[in-house]
Amino acid sequence: MTETSPASRAHIAGRRGHFDAGAVLLTILTVICACLWFFPIYWALVTSFRPEDETVKSMSVLPLQPTLDGYLYMIRNSNLAIWYVNSTIVSVSVTALVVLLSACCGYAISQLRFPGRTALWWMILASFMIPVPALIVNHFVIIAGVGLVNTHLGIILPMLIAPVTAIIYKQFFDSVPKEFREAAVIDGANEFQLLFRIFLPMNWGITTALAIITFIGAWNAFLWPFLAAQDERMMTVTVGITSVQDAFGVYYAKLLAGAVLAGFPVTAAYLLFQRRVTQAITLSAGIKG
Amino acid sequence: MLKSRKSEVLAAIVLAGPFVALYAWMFIYPTIQMVHLSFQNAPLIGEGTWAGLKNYTKLLSDRTFKTAVWNTAYFVLLTVVPGTAVALAIALMVSRLNGWFQSIILAMFFVPYVLPVTVVYILWDWMVNVQFGVLQPVIALFTGKPVNVWRTIPWFMPGVAIVTIWWTNGFSILLFLAGIRNIPKEIYEAALLDGASRTQVFWRVTWPLLWPVTVLCLTIQLILQLKIFDQVYLFSMGGRTQVTMVMVQYIFEQGFQRNNGGYAATIAVALFVIVVAVSVLQLQAARLRRGT
Repeated sequence: MTETSPASRAHIAGRRGHFDAGAVLLTILTVICACLWFFPIYWALVTSFRPEDETVKSMSVLPLQPTLDGYLYMIRNSNLAIWYVNSTIVSVSVTALVVLLSACCGYAISQLRFPGRTALWWMILASFMIPVPALIVNHFVIIAGVGLVNTHLGIILPMLIAPVTAIIYKQFFDSVPKEFREAAVIDGANEFQLLFRIFLPMNWGITTALAIITFIGAWNAFLWPFLAAQDERMMTVTVGITSVQDAFGVYYAKLLAGAVLAGFPVTAAYLLFQRRVTQAITLSAGIKG
Repeated sequence: MLKSRKSEVLAAIVLAGPFVALYAWMFIYPTIQMVHLSFQNAPLIGEGTWAGLKNYTKLLSDRTFKTAVWNTAYFVLLTVVPGTAVALAIALMVSRLNGWFQSIILAMFFVPYVLPVTVVYILWDWMVNVQFGVLQPVIALFTGKPVNVWRTIPWFMPGVAIVTIWWTNGFSILLFLAGIRNIPKEIYEAALLDGASRTQVFWRVTWPLLWPVTVLCLTIQLILQLKIFDQVYLFSMGGRTQVTMVMVQYIFEQGFQRNNGGYAATIAVALFVIVVAVSVLQLQAARLRRGT
C-alpha cells in the first residue's frame, strides 16, 4: 500500500505538474468522509471518559471533566473481568484448534493419497453453502445432549467449523514445490515431521493471517455464545456487555466504557497486524468467489 | 503413484480424522437432524412426535413467517447494493492516496469491521438516543423533531441497514482496493493520453475492469445478509419484535423462547433452502460468465 496507486500516478502523468484543484478537493473530501465514518468510535471514546451527568448535558468535543469512573465502575461492579477470561479462553481455544485441525486436514488433502480424498474435498467445498445460523436449534440439542450447555467447551465446539481455513491451507500446501517433500522423504522424514517441520514453517505468514482473523471472529461471535452461555458468569465479553444494559438502565458512560473494553483486543489485533488481516480477507473472499 | 501406500493412508486418518469427525458431528449431523426435526412436533429438548407435513403447512399460512421473510428481503435490498456502492466509492477515494496517509485513512474506514456487534449496537444506540443522541439534531433537521429510531417501525430497518453498512463495509473496501491495485497502470496512461476526463476514465476503464470484484462483493454480501440476526435482535430488544422479525430471529424465537423445536427447525429448513438456492444460482452464474 506504500507504492503510488495507479489512479493517482495516471493523474500526475495527465496533468503534468499543474496545480490540480480537483485532486486537492477530492483529498479534502476523502478526509472529511473518513472523519465522519470514524466519528461514532471517537464519540464512544469521548463519552466513556465523561462523568455520567456530563453525558446528558454536554456535547463538547472533549470531556470537560475527564474521568475513569465509567471504566472503574464496570470493572468493579459487573462481571466484566470474568467475561474477559471467558472470551480469552474461548477465542484462544477456537483459534488454536481451527488452525491446527485445518492445517492437518489441508495437508492430508493436498499431499496424501487416500481413499475418500476427493469426496472429502468436495464436501468441504460444498459446505460453504450451509448457513450455520440455521443449525442453532440442532447445535443446542447436540450440546445439551452431551451436557455441555453453559460450559466453555460447549461454546467452543460449534465454532470450530471452518471450511475456508482448510481450503486456504490446502491451496498453500499445493504450491509448495514437490522437491521439498521428495528430499525430506528420502531423508526418512514421516508425514508429521513434513507438516510441522517443513510445510507449516514455510507458510508461517498465512498461519498468522488465518489465526488473527479466526481470533477476531471468535471474540466477536454473538449468536452461538449468546445461546450456549445461559449463566451470566459463563458469558463472553461480546455477549455480556448487553446484559449490563438491562441492569443499569441508561448509564451511557459506563455502557460505552464496557464497549470500549470489549472492542479493545480485536482493534489492537487489527492495528498490529493490518497487512495480515488484509491478506486473510482477500484470500477468503477469493475462495468464496 | 496410483496405489495409496499404507503409511500414507494411516497418516491421512490421523491428520484429517479429527477435522472430519468434528465436521460430521457439528455440521453434517445437525443438518440431517434439522430436516428430521422439522417433521416433528417437538420441544427444544426432549422427545417429539411425528407430525408429517403439519409444520410446513403451518409455515405457509404463518403471518409472522411471511413478515420475517419480507423483512429479511427488505434488509438485503437495503444493504447489499447500497453497501457495495459505498464501499466502491470509499475504495476509489482511498486508492488515490499514498503511504502512511493512506494507511491512516483506510484504518479509519476499516476499524468498525473488527468490532463486536454488541459494541456497534451500544455505539449507535447512543448516537441516536432520542434525548441525548448526537445525531438527533441532524435527524431533527429533516423531521423537525427527534425520532426514536429503534422504536419507529418505518425507521427501524433503514436504521439497522445503515449501521450494518457502516459496520461490515471494511470487507468490501479491501476487496475493491485489491481490485483497483490489479488494474494495469498502462491502461490509465493510455486513456489520459487520449484526453479522457476523470469521469470517462471511471466509466470506461475502472468500472468495467472492477466488475468481477463488484459481483464478488455483491454475492458475498447477499449470502451474508440473508443470515442477518445479531443487529436486528439487539436493536429490537424490548420493542415490537413481531413487526421487525427476520428469519434467523424467528428460528430463535420459536426454538428458544417458545420451546417449539420442531417448528423452529422447519423455519431453519426454509432459510437453508433459500441460502443454498441463492448459492447454487450464484455458482451457475459464475460458471456461465467464465464460459462466455
